[in-house]
This record gives sequence, structure tokens and C-alpha cells, in this order.
Amino acid sequence: MIDHLPALQVVIPLIAAPLSALFRPGRAVWLLAMTACGLSLLIAILLLNQVLTQHVISYPMGSWPAPWGIEYRIDAANAFMLLIVSGIGTIVMAFARPIVEQRIRLPEYKQPWFYTAYLLCLTGLLGIVITGDAFNVFVFLEISSLSSYALISLGRDRRALTASYQYLIMGTIGATFILIGIGLLYVMTGTLNMMDLAERIPAVADTRTIRAAFAFLTIGVSLKLALFPLHLWLPNAYAYAPSAVTAFLAATATKVAVYVLLRFFFTIFGVNFSFETMRLDLVLLPLALVGIFSASVVAIFQNNVKRMLAYSSVAQIGYMILGISLVSVTGVTAAISHLFNHALMKGALFMALGCISFRIGTVQLDRIAGVGRAMPWTMGAFVVGGLSLIGVPLTAGFVSKWYLIVGALEKSWWPVAVLVLVTSLLAVIYIWRVVEAAYFKPAPEGRVVHEAPLALLIPTWTLVLANLYFGLDTSLNAGVARTAAEMLLSVGH
Amino acid sequence: MRQYPIPRLVTKLLLPLILLFALYVQFHGDYGPGGGFQAGVIFGAGFILYALIYGLDEARRILPPWLLRIGVSLGVLIYAGVGVTGLLLGGNYLDYGVLDSHDPVHGQHLGILLVELGVGITVSAVMVTIFYAFAGRGR
Repeated sequence: MIDHLPALQVVIPLIAAPLSALFRPGRAVWLLAMTACGLSLLIAILLLNQVLTQHVISYPMGSWPAPWGIEYRIDAANAFMLLIVSGIGTIVMAFARPIVEQRIRLPEYKQPWFYTAYLLCLTGLLGIVITGDAFNVFVFLEISSLSSYALISLGRDRRALTASYQYLIMGTIGATFILIGIGLLYVMTGTLNMMDLAERIPAVADTRTIRAAFAFLTIGVSLKLALFPLHLWLPNAYAYAPSAVTAFLAATATKVAVYVLLRFFFTIFGVNFSFETMRLDLVLLPLALVGIFSASVVAIFQNNVKRMLAYSSVAQIGYMILGISLVSVTGVTAAISHLFNHALMKGALFMALGCISFRIGTVQLDRIAGVGRAMPWTMGAFVVGGLSLIGVPLTAGFVSKWYLIVGALEKSWWPVAVLVLVTSLLAVIYIWRVVEAAYFKPAPEGRVVHEAPLALLIPTWTLVLANLYFGLDTSLNAGVARTAAEMLLSVGH
Repeated sequence: MRQYPIPRLVTKLLLPLILLFALYVQFHGDYGPGGGFQAGVIFGAGFILYALIYGLDEARRILPPWLLRIGVSLGVLIYAGVGVTGLLLGGNYLDYGVLDSHDPVHGQHLGILLVELGVGITVSAVMVTIFYAFAGRGR
């Protein structure tokens, strides 16, 4: 069975999804979904171990050999991504049951559909990451996107519907652009297999079609990963989605899009074409810098804490793109490492917000006054997550910021390094606004708030402790990230 | 539509043909144009036509939502199940060649037939479900 792990990685959540639609609401369906998530996490760990010793795993779907059939191809970069997606998927699923029972806008008999959509979204995200076929990327992208539109629309606030619709329009435009890009590549090379594409593109690289494909893919993927100024769908979608959904999507969906960007530009087009012929770094660098700065400033002025963190996510994506646009091993290491670290910190922060909204029904800044005293564990989780977001030493967030600054200094880009530090101070401001409201303002008269239930606190604190653990032991989030970065950068040469 | 005999009669005449054509597109899809997706849409469209002419309640009596709910899941399970059967018989996921121990070509035929059947079931069930959801709004 060990040979079939690449297929099972996607197939287990895929089968669990329709099965859970057949269940009655209650604990059983959650257990099924939880088992599926846990199994895919286990498989991801096994695959990562296997990849670190034997470098590449190739699995032909339906036994059709690689350039003709669909190949699942796993190397250090996507094995690391599989771990992020399935790990966050499992922890958020552990968190989701009380939220599904009380905090989503679905009649009780339809609650199992939540798990169906969630598992389909997980299937899609894992599929995008694991596949070695460019068209397959699009198919899985659609699976994950469609289910995430459904998940976002389940928020209690009716504005979740318009937010979801807005995301649907923007996401569909992005997916269409990606499809057009892949189609143009197919026209020029006659293949869809990524490795095969990488071999055949150089011969036809100097054509308008390939350049157009490059442009379409850049815009399409940038829409999906919410690169400034294409991020406008993100704040509403994150703010109004149910908190479990926000935690899951914030920690995985945009990360997977960043992975797609890495895969297309480094593996398929190659470093030389993307960054020396097309000079993509000249486009990405300013957008990343403006995105980091403006989104951090906007975050300071938000009164809905979820929206604040959503803008912060746009800024954090800017850090990843900044790392990529350095086009050096250190820079790409920073980007990949930040994929992991940001998943940990945003997951923890959004789950802490989920605990708060579970008890008081809102996360407006003026309404969470005094929550620090009533919910010490929840706010403790928020503070540690916030410190990690700022990049305080001994937290996971510090690791990626460190690599980013070192990467900028290697190129002697002093202003970039300074900007990274300054925007970290902006993060201090917006996190502080929440801490101040929760700890230093008196609670409204007559409100009795209890600590969140253990079912919510345990998954939240699991992620919080992971933030601390990976701040100290960086063999995974910096070591494996570096292996992946070296692998991505050497492919094009 | 109760007072319009012509649409009601024409629907009654056409409906079996539409459903039969759907089955033809489904099972002849291996050799000609067609396949599970197209067949599912035609099959679903047949029921939607019936619901338009004879009313939502009548259609719901024939094709109740609980049955659709099973259909939506069942198709995906058939598809994924065929893939897993390939795994259990010693091939790769979705390897149809191992489905028939004597003749791999026969196995490929069987595999694609079952997979397309799964697609057909899910697509037709989803089509009717979406129609029910829209038609049932505001009731």
C-alpha cells in the first residue's frame, strides 16, 4: 500500500466527502471527516519522509506512463505543502464541530453538507499541490474554489453571501486566466505534463504565445493568491465566513496559490525565462512592497478584528512574494518557510477569534472589551499568535522574517530590509489594539462570559504551541524549506 | 399548466424518448460522442421538463429529494470506488486494466463504463437538485 500513498492522499478525503453527505447530523459524521483528515495528515508525513530520502516520487494515475497520463509527482516543495494543508485541515476539523452545530447558517439536517464541502475543499487543495500535470492543477483548483465559495457563504452574517459571490466572480476570472494560460502552453508544446513542459518550452520560448501564456498565468494566480492590488475579494470573504472556514482558508488556500506560482515560474517556465527574460521580479517586487505597507496600514484602522487579520493576511502574502522576487535561495527559503509559519500563526489567530465569537457572537473591537479577564486561555492564544505574527524571536514568525531580511541584505537592498522591520512595527500596532481592548477596557455591565469550551481551546492551543515549537526547532520550517528552495532554483539551470 | 392539454400531452410523449436518449448517450459514449456528463444533463433535463409542466410537487413525488441526495453521493462513490478496486486488484489508482483478470482491454471497457455511469448519476442528480432548490425558493 505504501506505493499508493500519493493516490490515497487525494482519494481518502475525496471518498469521505460524498460519504459524509449521506450521514445524519451529529457526532458520527464529524468522526468520519476527522478520520479522513487525520489519515491524509499521516500520509503527508510519510510522503515527506520518503521524499527527503529519495528526492522524487512519481505515481502514474491509471498506470498510464508520465508524459501521456496524469502523473502525481512529489518533491520537497510539494511534500512540504501537503504537510501544511493536511495538518491545518486536521486541526481546524477538530475545531469545527461546535462551530458547525451553533455558528453556521444551515438548518440542522443539512449540517453534514458542511463536512462534504470542507473535505472537497481539502481534496482540491491537496490535489493542486500533489499533481504533476498542469491541467490537473486547474481541475483541482475548481474543486477547491467551488467548495470554498459554498463554505464562505455559510457565515451567520448575511453579508457572507455577497462576500462569497464577490469571491466567486474574482476566483472564476482567476481560474479562467489560468486555464487560458495552460491552453496556450498546450498549443505550443502539445503536452500538459509539468516536467515535459519544462523541457519543451525553451525551444518555443521566444514566441508571443508563450509570453501571453506567462502573462495570463501570472494574473490568474495572482488573483487567487490575493496579491495587491488583486486582493479586494479577500477581506470580506475572510471577515464574514464562519470562523472555522476562515481559519482553514486563510491558512491553506492562498498558500496553495503561492505554491502554484512557485511551480509555474520556477519549474515549468524556469528561473531564466521567468526572471531574466520576462523580468517578473520587477513586477512582483514593487507590488509586494506596496501590498505589505498599504495592507498593514489599512489593518490598523479596522474595527472588525477578523477584517483586520484579513488585511494582515494580504500583507503577509506580500512578504512571501517579496521573498520570491529576491530570486535567491535565501529569499525563496523565506517565502516557503513563511507559507508554513503564516499558516500556523493565522490559523491560531483566527481560531482564537472563533472562540471569542462563539461566546460573545461578534469580534467587533468595541464589543470584546474585558474579554481578556473572562477568557484568559483564548486571549492568551491570541497574544502568542499575535507575537508570532509580529515576528518576535522564539516564535515561528521570527524564522521567516529573519530569512527575508538576510535575503534582502545579501542583495544589499537596505530599504527593503528596513521596510520589513517597519511593517512589523505596524503589526505591533494592530495586534496591540486588540490586546488593549480585551485586557485594559472594562467589560460592559452585566455581561457574563465564560471561557470557550475545551473542544475549541485544545485545537487552538495545539497551533499556538506549534508556533512556539517551530520558533525553536527550525529543522522543518527552515531546513525543509531550504531544501525545497534549492530544488526549485536548480531546475531552471 | 393544468389547463393546457397540448404541452402536457407532448411532454408525456417526449419524456420516455428523452430518458431513452439519455441512456443511449450514456452507454454508447464509449464508441461515439457522449458520455456520463452529457447523458446526466439530458436525463436531468427530462425531469426538469416534467416538473415545469406537471408542477414541482408532482416531480418531487416521483424523484424525492432524499433519493437525489443519495444519487449525488453515489455517483462520486462509484467513480472513486472503481479506482479503489483497481488498487485492491494490484494496479494503480484508476487502472482499469486489472478489472478483468483475463483481458486488460475488456477491463478498460468495464472501467470506463462504470466510471461514466457514476458521472451520469451524479450529474443528473445535481441538475435536478439545483432545479428543486431554485424552484422551491419562497415556498
